[in-house]
Amino acid sequence: MLKIAKNKLNDLYAKINETMGLFIPIKKAGEVNYHVWGEGKEVSIETLKTVKSPKNMFFPQTENMMKFKTEGKNLEIIDLRDEKRPFVLFGVRACDYKAIEVLDKVFLADPVDSFYQSRRAATTIVTLACSRPEEGCFCKAFGIDATAPQGDVTTWLDEEYLYWQANTEKGETLTKLVQELLEEGGETEVAAQKEATAVIIDKLPFSNLNLDKFKPENLNELFDSPKWEEMSEACLGCGTCTFVCPTCQCFDIRDFKTNEGVVRYRCWDSCMYSDFTLMAHGNSRTTQMQRFRQRFMHKLVYYPSQNDGLYSCVGCGRCVNKCPQHLNIVKVVKELGGKEND
Amino acid sequence: MIEETLIPKIGVVTDIRRDTPDVKTFRVVGTDGKKLFQHMPGQCAMVSIPGVGECMFSITSSPTNEEYMEFSIKKCGCVTEVIHALEVGAQITVRGPYGKNFPVEEDFKGKDLLFIAGGIGLAPLRSVINYVRHYRQNYGKVVIVYGARSKDDLVDIDEIQNEWVNEPNMEVYLTIDRPQEGWDGHVGFVPAYVKELGLDPNMTAVLCGPPIMIKFTLAGLLELGFDKSRVYTTLELRMKCGVGKCGRCNVGDKFVCKDGPVFRMTELDELPDEY
Amino acid sequence: MKDVEMKMKERAKQLLESGEVARVVGWKKGDFCYDPSPATFETVEELDNFVYDYFCGANLSKYLIQISKKEGKTAVFLKPCDTYSFNQLVKEHRINRENVYVIAVECMAKFDIEKIKEKGVSQITGVEVKDKDVKVSSLYGETTLYKPEILLTKCETCQKTHQVKDEEIILHERPERDVDRFAEVKKLEAMTEDERFAFWKEQLSKCIRCNACRNVCPACSCVKCVFDNPASGVAAKANDSEFEEKLFHVIRAFHVAGRCTDCGECSRVCPQHIPLHLLNRKFIKDIDGLYGEFQAGEEAEGKTPLTSYTEGDAEPNDVLNGEAK
Repeated sequence: MLKIAKNKLNDLYAKINETMGLFIPIKKAGEVNYHVWGEGKEVSIETLKTVKSPKNMFFPQTENMMKFKTEGKNLEIIDLRDEKRPFVLFGVRACDYKAIEVLDKVFLADPVDSFYQSRRAATTIVTLACSRPEEGCFCKAFGIDATAPQGDVTTWLDEEYLYWQANTEKGETLTKLVQELLEEGGETEVAAQKEATAVIIDKLPFSNLNLDKFKPENLNELFDSPKWEEMSEACLGCGTCTFVCPTCQCFDIRDFKTNEGVVRYRCWDSCMYSDFTLMAHGNSRTTQMQRFRQRFMHKLVYYPSQNDGLYSCVGCGRCVNKCPQHLNIVKVVKELGGKEND
Repeated sequence: MIEETLIPKIGVVTDIRRDTPDVKTFRVVGTDGKKLFQHMPGQCAMVSIPGVGECMFSITSSPTNEEYMEFSIKKCGCVTEVIHALEVGAQITVRGPYGKNFPVEEDFKGKDLLFIAGGIGLAPLRSVINYVRHYRQNYGKVVIVYGARSKDDLVDIDEIQNEWVNEPNMEVYLTIDRPQEGWDGHVGFVPAYVKELGLDPNMTAVLCGPPIMIKFTLAGLLELGFDKSRVYTTLELRMKCGVGKCGRCNVGDKFVCKDGPVFRMTELDELPDEY
Repeated sequence: MKDVEMKMKERAKQLLESGEVARVVGWKKGDFCYDPSPATFETVEELDNFVYDYFCGANLSKYLIQISKKEGKTAVFLKPCDTYSFNQLVKEHRINRENVYVIAVECMAKFDIEKIKEKGVSQITGVEVKDKDVKVSSLYGETTLYKPEILLTKCETCQKTHQVKDEEIILHERPERDVDRFAEVKKLEAMTEDERFAFWKEQLSKCIRCNACRNVCPACSCVKCVFDNPASGVAAKANDSEFEEKLFHVIRAFHVAGRCTDCGECSRVCPQHIPLHLLNRKFIKDIDGLYGEFQAGEEAEGKTPLTSYTEGDAEPNDVLNGEAK
């Protein structure tokens, strides 16, 4: 294991930034989100939860896909994809890292989404273990160990040092790049931190959510539950939960007319929006209850049914903290998940 | 750069045929004059007018046609309105093929086939009917029941009356909802007509049309003794990507674009009622 | 506050049992002490989960657009600020007033859980208030916080009183406050144009277009929002450029001008803490300056400065020339 003093972290960022791009939690106008690093930026890797998850590094909220040019009757398609510069995504928590696996199963499944894939391939992910999880966290319920996330490099942070462990070839390459700044040591400190954090995690109120009920064979029973109506009644139909969620991946494709032709872009979309399924001659989900149900059924039943039981929720708790009316997946699990959750 | 399914090909409209007051059939080839891509009956393609939008349409021509593809499109929204205003020579974009096709090479082979369509619902069936006609020796008897609001709303009536009715071992029954001058054929709704015809329940049936027609026709077929596992239909929901990623066209854990649009009735029975 | 909650519950029970109302709209308990949700109660049993405390900040008025269309009378608990939105929605014929029984409830300002958490307190199990001291208990012990520092932004400058009530549940006197709700607006006005532009650019760049501000806003009651309408030509789900993210919020502020009651829900729900209420407050201040003091939602009928014409009305130039200040 390697380590670097906390007060030298800026040197580490600068060193990485010499050859690669660096995306890291940065505070801007009071809120911490992943941004491109630069000298003088207010880095805040201690922040447990960035408002937006790091998913927009691979799946940006808006991205231009192609351009169309018309000359007379002739149409021309201009491919806007470009080679992605290598970059490091730094400070990813265990839940958000697991969420990338959830996204991979959608975007890298055949046919591969080249927009996502090119960014994913160009990225080295440095994860950061949690030491101060909060009451809205429930990654343990999804079998995630917040004290030892995976990733190309895993790091741990305490009052004095950032501890560093490369896990993959990409991780080794990055380690070599910053080797001069790292020194040996940290095994004892990391082991102690892991142990202490595990104790906190066990005590978190949602750590033992029981998900047994959420299986493909219960799909229709869960779908038909009369409880959806009550659970969704306060839902505003906004997209906050979907946009702060690290695993929500629904998108829209739209055209935008510019002076130099038509740009086709894709952007995040939300199953909570009333026009999400609207067609010229009908809409399959006309009520907010149906849309609310879709979101949670997708995460807890539909997605696992298509992906060997992997849930499309990682227990990051962003929806717990951010829903304007305090509706969230935990309340759904407790309401529908059977006696074990009482 | 690897191939990207979301980036379409350019298609040239080489022929436009008006089928009904609100349905036109568009013939499309690539800029090189050749067919854009191969498909199987029942599969769909994303057609777009840049700047207006992209929509999923079923490919109505048969895969056995090596020269071009055809789309029969009903004018019912902002994209189809612009498509209807196109002229021959116009360039559009096309990507696909998407979705699962009818099991023409598996379950349908050697079987007697019953096709039931209502209105624009004939579009996806035309592809499979002409495929079956092309490989006629591989299939048994074919019965087609097709209905529309009026005689003017019957899609592809020329092909039906000039070719299909003359095909050996193929019966075509047409019906319109209300009596109309110049129509001496059957009058009445499709579900009722199907029951009247007293069809052989051992046939494999394919239904396509408005949801209400499907619902009542299916009930009629079950009454006649048809087995749900041998009844197929196609679904249509809002789609954006066509490859099961954009997240909107699911019914339960199935995506219509990827796992459909062709579904066996027994498969649909297992899914929640949200389509 | 517990005594108020008990009284409310008792009253709700009476109303439901007697059949005077078919349902009661209030708040139901969450998993923690700070995450209640708006809810409808139709039976006495359901009232077990009824809650009213320092975290019931949500404005219930907008829910009545749908609920007041249901059969039977609906009783609703409204805080002072909520009554302005209620009146405004009645005025705009969105709420069916005859179907609603308004119970005015006291409010001693509501807390912002995120502000409490920012003070380093986590695993909160309860709060107790004594004047300006808030004793917060958590799994890690007790901390005393200063009440004005943990209020929802919308409560910081609130001096509102109930504008509509069929009955009231007010057990405690609310202390008089002397605060200037335009103080923050004045700070923005004092900035140079460039500074102000930079301020809004930085703030609005955080916007993720989740539409929470719009969907919670009682003034945004359009059946089909222009930003959702494909036929409008501006329907969009994403901020295409830095300009567009400003456009959305500025247009929204214009759309609600003269109708915004300053309920502050937009800022409460913003996941990125953009002080959206300041845009609306600037409009309110300008309207006050140009047309005389006006508070939307004080009345459930009558004309408003922006919907009535008088010969002495301000010209657009007045605003451009800065005379609105």
